[in-house]
Amino acid sequence: MSVEFDRKIHDTLADANLQLAVYTATGRLKDKRIQVTAAGVLPDYQELRTQANAIKKHVIDNLDHYLEEFERNVESHGGKVVYCKDATDVSDFVLDLAKRRGSRLIVKSKSMTTEEVDLNERLAHHGLESVETDLGEYILQLAHERPYHIVAPALHKTRYDVADLFTKELGVARETVPEKLTLIARGVLREKFLKADIGISGANFLIADSGAVAIIENEGNVRLTTSAPKIHIAVAGIEKVIPRAQDLAVFLKLLARSATGQLVSVYTSFLAGPRRAGEVDGPEEFYVVLLDNGRTKLLPDRSKRESLYCIRCGACLNACPVYRKIGGHSFPWVYSGPIGAIITPQFMGVSHEPGLPFASSLCGACGEVCPVKIDIPKILLELRGDVRKSEAREGLNRIEKLAFRIFAWVMTHPRIYEMAGRMAASIAPTGDGKWIRSVPAPMSVGPLKAWLSERDMPPLPPKSFREMWRNR
Amino acid sequence: MSRDNILHKVRTALGRSAGQAVADPPPVRLRVPEIAMEDRIALMRSRVEALAGKTARVPTMEAAREFVAGAIAGKTAVASNAPYLVECGISSLPGVRTGIREVGELTAVCAQVDIGITSADYALCDTGTLVMIASPAEGRLVSLLPPAHIAVVPRERILTGLDELFTILPDPAAQTSSMVLITGPSQTADIEQILIRGVHGPGQVTVVIVG
Ligand code: SF4
Repeated sequence: MSVEFDRKIHDTLADANLQLAVYTATGRLKDKRIQVTAAGVLPDYQELRTQANAIKKHVIDNLDHYLEEFERNVESHGGKVVYCKDATDVSDFVLDLAKRRGSRLIVKSKSMTTEEVDLNERLAHHGLESVETDLGEYILQLAHERPYHIVAPALHKTRYDVADLFTKELGVARETVPEKLTLIARGVLREKFLKADIGISGANFLIADSGAVAIIENEGNVRLTTSAPKIHIAVAGIEKVIPRAQDLAVFLKLLARSATGQLVSVYTSFLAGPRRAGEVDGPEEFYVVLLDNGRTKLLPDRSKRESLYCIRCGACLNACPVYRKIGGHSFPWVYSGPIGAIITPQFMGVSHEPGLPFASSLCGACGEVCPVKIDIPKILLELRGDVRKSEAREGLNRIEKLAFRIFAWVMTHPRIYEMAGRMAASIAPTGDGKWIRSVPAPMSVGPLKAWLSERDMPPLPPKSFREMWRNR
Repeated sequence: MSRDNILHKVRTALGRSAGQAVADPPPVRLRVPEIAMEDRIALMRSRVEALAGKTARVPTMEAAREFVAGAIAGKTAVASNAPYLVECGISSLPGVRTGIREVGELTAVCAQVDIGITSADYALCDTGTLVMIASPAEGRLVSLLPPAHIAVVPRERILTGLDELFTILPDPAAQTSSMVLITGPSQTADIEQILIRGVHGPGQVTVVIVG
């Protein structure tokens, strides 16, 4: 585990308010999901999961075919597909388009994919104003923070945090009532919507047979982003394709239920190309950016490519006892929780944060709630194996190996074992019947220190079992 | 170019070659239940109301006009170009702007008025959803920019749910650049998970069922 990961976890654990906020919010989302997926409410829930999994498996196994079909159909409606291999590709495309069209202002709706490539920062660097319009994302943009949760990005912020932020950044009188704070944001953002030249959205699904993107949301900012400006750019990972519009009947039922516990989201936008002849409004230009950014690295391994089935519902975060304690910002990349623990090492390489696949109790809750049935615990185990292999390659776990060799040697030599026991008993703080919370300095070093810092031990008895056995 | 590079990487990783045939995807799964019209109407109303939307059921088109006239009562409104609104006489109510076909004008009007009035192509009773298909008759902004949205829907357009919608419209892109499903008022829970309605879209949604 890196020092950074360790520190962030400790900071989160030490912050009582944050602990409460994360635990309550995830708990609420978790309960709502359970209610709307219950057998009495959605009798075919398990069947839908099985179908969703089968569709995703089929698409990912034949990804090139569906990407090409999607591309052809987008183009048949007058849209354009732009393949991007990484962050630079995406920002270059947007910058170039903005330059050619003389655009300065961009409105953005929530997209984890654009977070992944730091699009806002890159655009700002070139003098373009790119404004997040989802309330939670807007708050985070003002605070210069990344999302705390895939679905509820500002879950860790209180109304007072938001009040301070708005006062400081927008120069408005301090308001702490959430309704009023929302109205302030609505006012500021409404103006941006009407002035912006370009709207950038994410996409939940890319529909191959229609050449359409489907986007779900509750606020209406996606609709505004994709309808008001002259240009709409949807940014999505290449894994987001589904074969047919009809498959939406399966996925839409699962996504909102798993994400927020709603039957469906307030708005589902199904968008295919720019405004057509005769239509009253809508963008004049329509682009879909298809991003790789490491996704193709997940394809060769049949088992791990399952990670690409993810529809980013966030249910695994809410179900995860580890996420609920260490929170979203402890994770080393934009994706947190169980899904973050399996895709981050695969996108960035396992040595990016070797502790990540181990930040799980393997309780299995994530796999159980996943609407597309990704076997997250299995992938975590495989990644743990990969971490060990890579450490062995880099010779990183020599100390641990040595420790285990010594341990094995001691365990297979009874006399040595007994001697070691007596030695330990003699240097350990003696039993006043209480737990041992600290050990003498010579033992408190290196990895042992980190291990012991989180663990208390029972006091050593005056006589060992072996001694008692001999004297019986 | 990134396109060929990415497609090549995908194919190599999957062990496929360009243009290689693909087995059929899993069969489409659409289940359309039988629900009697009266039950559909009741379910539609209860779903919309559960989301703090309003509903009304009126027997005739004239009654629909009267209901909408009452709802406008001194406020300003814009109506979409839906023929059904014309037939009901809603488009010619005093205080209602309609017949706008230019996007700049539509945006300006929608950003100012209190109420946007539309019909809906379909409604889905099991979730309380309005299906809005963009066309010369229905713009996107009328149901989006004003703080209140009234949708006037003849009862025969109420479908059972998503499965029936996608049975009737296997590919919505064949007829429109935009199909939007609206389920209740705009909402957010981004500050302390407190539910607030009307953040960017309309905070009030009224579904008027005719017949
Ligand atoms: S891994 Fe499954 S549960 Fe987790 S976010 Fe993705 S789809 Fe949802």
